[in-house]
Amino acid sequence: MLALEPRLSTPGWLHAATPVLAIALTMLAGGALFAALGKNPVEAIRVIFWDPLIDPFSRSELLVKAAPLAMIALGLAFGFRAGIWNIGAEGQFIVGAITGGAVGLAFYGTPGLWLLPLMALAGAAGGAAWAMIPAILKIRFNANEILVSLMLVYVAELLLSALVSGPLRDPDGFNFPESRQFHDSATLPIFWPGTRAHVGILIALGLGVAAAVMLHRHVFGYHANLLGSAPRAAAFGGVRVHVMTAVCLGLSGGLAGLAGLFEAAGPVGQLVPSLPVGYGFTAIIVAFLGRLEPLGILLASLVMALTYIGGETAQFTLQIPAAAIWVFQGMLLFALLAVDVLTRYRLRWRRGVRA
Amino acid sequence: MSGLRLSPGAAVTLTAILALVVFSLAAGLDPVLLTVSIMVAAMPLMLAALGEMVVEKSGVLNLGVEGMMIIGAIAGFAIAVESGSALLALVAAALAGAALALVFGVLTQVLLANQVATGLALTLFGLGLAALIGQPYSGIKPPPFPRLDIPLLSDLPVVGPLLLSHDLLLYFSFALLAAIWVFLYRSRGGLVLRAVGESHDAAHALGYRVIPIRLAAIAFGGACAGLGGAALSLIRVPQWTESMTAGAGWIALAIVVFGGWRPVRVALGAYLFGGVTILQLNLQAAGLTPLWLLVLALLLFAVHSTARALAGAGAHIRALFPLWLATAGAAAAAVYSPIAIQAQYLSMAPYICTIVVLVVMSADRLRASLNAPAALGRVFHRPA
Repeated sequence: MLALEPRLSTPGWLHAATPVLAIALTMLAGGALFAALGKNPVEAIRVIFWDPLIDPFSRSELLVKAAPLAMIALGLAFGFRAGIWNIGAEGQFIVGAITGGAVGLAFYGTPGLWLLPLMALAGAAGGAAWAMIPAILKIRFNANEILVSLMLVYVAELLLSALVSGPLRDPDGFNFPESRQFHDSATLPIFWPGTRAHVGILIALGLGVAAAVMLHRHVFGYHANLLGSAPRAAAFGGVRVHVMTAVCLGLSGGLAGLAGLFEAAGPVGQLVPSLPVGYGFTAIIVAFLGRLEPLGILLASLVMALTYIGGETAQFTLQIPAAAIWVFQGMLLFALLAVDVLTRYRLRWRRGVRA
Repeated sequence: MSGLRLSPGAAVTLTAILALVVFSLAAGLDPVLLTVSIMVAAMPLMLAALGEMVVEKSGVLNLGVEGMMIIGAIAGFAIAVESGSALLALVAAALAGAALALVFGVLTQVLLANQVATGLALTLFGLGLAALIGQPYSGIKPPPFPRLDIPLLSDLPVVGPLLLSHDLLLYFSFALLAAIWVFLYRSRGGLVLRAVGESHDAAHALGYRVIPIRLAAIAFGGACAGLGGAALSLIRVPQWTESMTAGAGWIALAIVVFGGWRPVRVALGAYLFGGVTILQLNLQAAGLTPLWLLVLALLLFAVHSTARALAGAGAHIRALFPLWLATAGAAAAAVYSPIAIQAQYLSMAPYICTIVVLVVMSADRLRASLNAPAALGRVFHRPA
């Protein structure tokens, strides 16, 4: 019978090959699923995974959608390595958009180069503060951070909806639940003329490099790895678990908040209840698809952005509901986790041994 | 004389029931109808939470309850619409939930994948797949669900609607509660299941087959979550809308923690959350200030502490005076300066309540670690 034997070390090529294998498996399984639902599987795969690469507008949109995914996933990767599960990045994304956006609205009509950095700061601080709620409850009261951070997603969604139909509502907006459009000084500049590609994309790229340095060249990255793989050894080695919990959650919350602000001040241009589209959840998959490795995450964010854009087109051309891309995303995560067994264990054929 | 003394749990339950009656009379609602709606709201949570409790008792943490619930919701709904049979719909919901759970089971038990990540994948996948299947079913009314109807008895005032004319699934949920209790604490199988959850290595050494036992528990939990979802789409709402579970699966996970992994307390927790959900809806409808939720929370806390103090445990009775003062103060504030507030803030109540409950139940680290199965969430790699 087949048995799993733990590997002492994993060959490097296997780390890179497993995500590719997982994507291939997902396409096969996804095609089978669409065929079962009576849709043309080849066409579905083509629309979701191939067409966005051909269309020039879609190519720039790929970057627009990949940037928030990458930023959130970069933050999450540290926590996931340390065994601290922030599942509520979606909520931190929303709160970052609210706090940063509120600053932009407070200075409505005021020109100035200082405004955007201030908004970014407020957004990151808002996201980090929202993530501090599960952190403090975890440290002080031992409450499960997974459930607390997830519950706060629903609270944040309701908060956004309450604010844009209350204090932040556009005074000239005929009572529609949305804020004013951000004025020019509060809108992210576009670096690729004719598209929606904003400077936030470049910042996400820079953050990826910074995260790679943090992870491999700074003691914080080492501590995160140590805490996740050997918690007891980490405790003896002087890693302070409480501090790591706070920093990991705060870091991922801050980055998610910044991503939220970039989304509001970039492609969306105002605060609306439909601002969150699940980037916070998809980023979890991005983090795993990138093998919790910053440069891998940058690549993975492009792949997941593809399914977002493909999913949008598929809504029109194939009449597939928007939520259907979650099927692909869920399957991809399943496939990744299933294939991952190969990196940690070796498959061995054993004769006659039964335990 | 100890017969006269109330246990803290009973005191809190009685106060909650009393508060409910007072509230419904003050708001001009029928207390019987309000109670019935709480029972209906609690049913999906109770089914899902009981199933997840059994899974966790076996040492597996399946975070995909939300995904299994929504799959059960659409599977039950679709079969109910297509076949018109409620029984068939429930079987389909349970099977769908169990099938999805087994995907999780194979990944985590056979391929030794991380349980947290796999559970999340299950949620995402379930939400997406349900939306895909459910596309043609939105806006349709499902066939009515069979209710208990005993001639004469079901028509009795108060007792009839409260006890004798519910949807059949509600009685099933209580039968399930009893069955789980008997299985866990009065049967050999339950003992083995709990042993696996406390120490898989010891159970393995004794010759029990850890992986098949856990797979069975996971499938059972999935079936329960599927039934919970069907209770939502066929009875509670009853309609199909995308992402209609709205966090109910996650709340069910929190209820398991709240109940300290014990069946009766888990069921009580489900009723508490059902109560909060219905209460905030009625506060919204009656245009009352959400301060009343705070008053209720303070009141229950004060009653609990006082009952403990009277029983000789916990703080001295005089130390509780400020708590009662705060309760009275909040009530006075609610009566004299009702704050008008947007509906969204009230809708946050179930989620915030979940967080508060988690904090209260986890704060006592020793008790929390005694209650939780010791091997919860740990990977079992069978030694060769």
